[in-house]
Formats: sequence, C-alpha cells, structure tokens
Amino acid sequence: MSAPAAIPAPAAAAPVPAASVAGAMQGFAREVGALSAFRMESCIHCGICAESCHYYIATEDPQYTPIWKIEPFKQAYKRESSTFAPVIRALGLKRKVSAAQLEHWQHLLFDSCNLCGRCSLICPMGIDIAALIEQARHAMFDAGVAPSELYEKARCQGRSGQPEASAEPYADRLLAIGRQFGVPISLDLAEAEVMLCVPRTDIEHYPSAVAALARVMEHLGVSCTFRSDALVAENYGYFSGGQDLQRAISRRLIDQAVACRARVLLVPECGHAYTALRWEAADLYGKALPFEVRAVSEYLADALAAGRLRLRPVDADGGSMTFQDPCQLGRKGGVTHAPRALMKAMHVDVKEMDNHGDFAFCCGGGGGVIDIARAAPLRHRTLEVKLREIDATGARHLLTSCSDCRHTFDDARRHFEWDKSPRSLLELVAAQLQAVGGPP
Amino acid sequence: MDLLAFARGPAFWGALAVFVAGAVWRIASIALLRIRRDWSRPRRGLLAMAGRGFLATLTRSYPHREFIGRTGAGEALGYSYHLGLFTVVLLFAPHIAFLGSLLGFTWPALPSSLVTVISVLTIGLFLAVLFRRVTSPVMRLLSNFDDYFSWFVNMLVMVTGIATTAHLGARYETLLAVHILSVDLLLLWFPFGKLMHAFYIFPSRAINGAVLARKGAAS
Repeated sequence: MSAPAAIPAPAAAAPVPAASVAGAMQGFAREVGALSAFRMESCIHCGICAESCHYYIATEDPQYTPIWKIEPFKQAYKRESSTFAPVIRALGLKRKVSAAQLEHWQHLLFDSCNLCGRCSLICPMGIDIAALIEQARHAMFDAGVAPSELYEKARCQGRSGQPEASAEPYADRLLAIGRQFGVPISLDLAEAEVMLCVPRTDIEHYPSAVAALARVMEHLGVSCTFRSDALVAENYGYFSGGQDLQRAISRRLIDQAVACRARVLLVPECGHAYTALRWEAADLYGKALPFEVRAVSEYLADALAAGRLRLRPVDADGGSMTFQDPCQLGRKGGVTHAPRALMKAMHVDVKEMDNHGDFAFCCGGGGGVIDIARAAPLRHRTLEVKLREIDATGARHLLTSCSDCRHTFDDARRHFEWDKSPRSLLELVAAQLQAVGGPP
Repeated sequence: MDLLAFARGPAFWGALAVFVAGAVWRIASIALLRIRRDWSRPRRGLLAMAGRGFLATLTRSYPHREFIGRTGAGEALGYSYHLGLFTVVLLFAPHIAFLGSLLGFTWPALPSSLVTVISVLTIGLFLAVLFRRVTSPVMRLLSNFDDYFSWFVNMLVMVTGIATTAHLGARYETLLAVHILSVDLLLLWFPFGKLMHAFYIFPSRAINGAVLARKGAAS
C-alpha cells in the first residue's frame, strides 16, 4: 500500500446565497420530528462514535467524529425549533448557521461519510447518527451545497432515468449484454411476477453481473422483466440529499412495477438501491407499495430454502473467500444471513473478517463517495483499514453482493496494486446453478 | 431565616419545582412532535420492535464486542463515576433520611465510612473525566459550555458534600447549607442542559432498538 496521501481541502465552489442557507436550516428545523429531536438532544459529547468510523480510525482527525458531522444542524435545531428556541435566539446563545459553515461541512457530510451506520451501533445513548446525517444531507441539497457530481447525476436521473448520458440507451445496452453472454433478456413484458432493475455500475463496468441476474432468473423459471423506462437501481437523489429527485427516481420504478403488475421488485447487487427502495420509497410514495422489495441475495436464499434453487459446490481448489457485507444490505437492511446461506450451499470456504456482518467496515465508496472525485485521496486512506482486515483473513478471494463495493475494491486494486479481484456473489451463484432434480 | 433554612426551604422547593416542570416540559415538547408514519413493509412486527426497543435500553450499556478494544476504557470511566454518584446519592444515611422525608419510605444505608471512601474515589473519577475531556482532541472539539458547567455543578455537589461530612472549613450548619444550595443549583440547571440525558437515554435507546428491529437490522 502507498503512504497516506495528504487530504485536500474541499474544492472552492460558487458562493452560497445566505437566503438559501437560512431557508434550508429553517426547513431542517421544521422537519425535525420526535425521533430526530430525541436523537439530537441525547448527545452527551462523549466522542465514542469516532471509534466506529473508518474516516476517524484512518486519520485520527477529530473532525471526522460522526456526531460532529451534524453540528450545524444541531445548532439550527436548537436555535429554530428546540424547546428553548425563543430564549436561545433572544439571548444569542446559538448563532445562525452560515454559508461558510455549510461549505466546510460539505466535506464532512458527503466526502467523508458513507451513510454506513456503524456509528449508530456504538453510541451509548443509542443515537442513530446515520439517520441524522441523511437528514442533514437533505438540508445541504436544499441550501445548494451538495457536491456537483451528485447533484448533476441526480438531476439527470430525475429527468431521464439515467444518472448520466450514455452513447446508447441502457435498454439497448441490456439487450447487447444478453447477446454477448447468450442469456435471454426480458424487456418490457406487459406482465411479470418479478420486475428487475440493474445498477448503473454493472451496466458500465460489470456486464457479466447483468448476465448473471438474467441467467439466475431464467434458471428459476420465474416470469420477470426489465422495463426500459426504469432500468437503473441506484438513486442519486438519495446520495445527493435531493428528496424531490429521490421521490421522482423511486416513482419511476414504482410506476413501472405497478404497470407490469409485479409481485416483487428485485433489487440487484446494490446496497444503497436497497435502502432507497426497500425502506424509503414507500414513504416518498405516501402509501404502502403494492409489491415486495427484495434484495437479490435474500430472494435467492429464499429459493434455496424452498428447494427451488440448487447450487453445485465450488471447486475445492479455488481457494478460500472472505465476504464484504454491504452496509446498506447488512447492518442497515437486515440482510446478513442470506449471502452466508448461499455461500454455505456452495461449500465456499469463508474466512470472515474481524469486523463482519453487522459490524463490517464500509468499503468507503458508499453514500455516493465513489462518485466525488476530490474525495478519492481520503477514500483511499480509509480503504487501507478495510484492506488490512481483508488481507488478515488469509482468504484468496473477496466476494461481495454490492456493485459499488466491487467497484471500490477494483479501484483499490489499481491504486494500491492490491492482489485481490473482487467477485460478485450473484455471479458465483450463476456459475454454480444446478438443475433441480439433477444429480447432487 | 438563616442560610440553612433558606437552602432547605424556599430555595430547595423552588429549585425542585423548576426541575420537575422543566424536565416534564422539555420531554413533552419533544414527545409531542409528530412521528411520521413509516410506510415501508416491516420485517419485524410491533411486538418484536417493542421487545428490542426495551432490550436496547439495557444492552446499550455494554459495548458490542467489536468495539470494546477501542471504547472499553472510556466507557468504564464514564459508568464508574455514574455508579459512584448514584451510590453516594442513594445509599448515604443522611440522603436516605432526606429522601425518605419526601417519599414517605426509606431503605438501608451503606456505612458512612464506606460512602466517604466512594465519594473520594468518585471525585477522583470526576477529575479523570475532565482531564479526558480537555486532553482528547475529539472530546475537546465536541465540548461546549454545557459540558463544563454540568461537570462543575456535579463536582460542586460532591465537594461540598464531603466537606460537610468531614466538617471541613466552617461550621457544620454553614457547610450543610452550602451543600444543599449546590444541590439546588444542580436542580435548577438540570432541565436546561445535558444532565437531561438521565431521562433521554431511555427513549433514545428504545427508538434505536425499535427502528432497527423493524428492519431486522442489528442494534
């Protein structure tokens, strides 16, 4: 690994109008409900949350203490809507949040937070700090202080369904992937039991994962379809904090799932897509979704348990593997057992990391961080924490069920000349499919 | 009215009224805020959420195995001085007599000499906590007036209590009056600062446990 790189200051951006900041802070304070108020009021400034955060652990820089990342928002809440807000304002005990503060905090809320939620497990007061950071990102977006990469991708995805323009439409790319890998791609069926979508990362970087999804669904014999109007699983509205854009992007998938009368919306290997669709889409929709949202690993684990999926053991000489739990699926989503059930069924020799399952360190790319160019030096520095854990397992291979994790580790492979190539659990499953009723 | 009569009379009752009214108001003003309905399909039902929420109020007192190496010492220090404080407040015979006069019942006390030793140890722990707060870059960054003033008020109660028990520096009645006045100050400050965590700790932990249980996630 290379020596730690110097961490650059956040890039200078256009000045933020004071009126935008004031409006966003008042909006934040107004939106604080009972749960968030209890969370903000309960902090005893013990600093223990720092010890859970890979940004602090890697740098020992106190500004990366998770609860410090919401400091201006605690300030806004106390000044605008806490119990003693009128007294606090009258006596000037808390100043108005300034544009300069928010510009600095852009680095803390976006460049150095993956929304991984590890801090929410360590706080002795039980504060869900990650939930507060997500709310703070909403206010940052409203104030016009979201990183340009996330803002532009969210806007583009809200408008067109794709986070960025592509040489050919993603629907055409999907069909081309089907031809390339010799798998049938169901597109725009009028009715299907399962609606599929794909991470943009897979379309751009890992077409084999898209083919694996199609192959597994064909093997299960389930009626399924992609919909060309809602192909992308990721939600850049979620990353950027733009709630209206997040709603519009989720709505595109919801409407298509409703249109094809899907019983299940299957989230591919993408952690944040799972959070956005499984836990947040219904709230933005304003009512319960008329279908289930399942992660592909839990869907396959269910099929395995029901006897509809049989898997061949992996090659015993293939070497041991360690598994990277995607934060949004595992720690924040409750999907930690399903991938292990699949690995067990394939007789994978799993070497767990010291911190695995609910306590796994983030890969460092989540929360949109991998898309923020200026965050790369810091991201690489924090990634060293993770790479050391992986190397310490002695496993020969790294497996994960999130394309952003995979992309981040591929980047690490290039940056650090690391010797492991991350693999997709879904692709491994697709390679080990065995006909039900066939020889064991 | 002498100082002692003032401290244990109007000053105490006034401070107690502020404490009760302030704490109730502060908790109610948050509890009455809206709780947005969560439309996502729960992985666990209400019973599991309630159970995990209740459990979290207890289990969060002990760090997860994965974190102990990094947080164990700091948490041990924090819980130790709380334990010392509760022992002195609740198990010292004169305190029991005073609380008994308010509540109408009493309970067994620890020997005074033992409580004195625990008090001195607790003061030592208080100093260690302050030392940690001013020397740890993380805690120093997070700390504000509330942290230091709340520490000062607690320390004042402990020091005046020991001085009263040991008859140090003045007449017993004067020392007792000063000690009670320090308690009055603590009661007055309590609802306005971080000491409210004594109440917030329960809903905060329970909310975390219940919300994460709904998702089938770890808490």
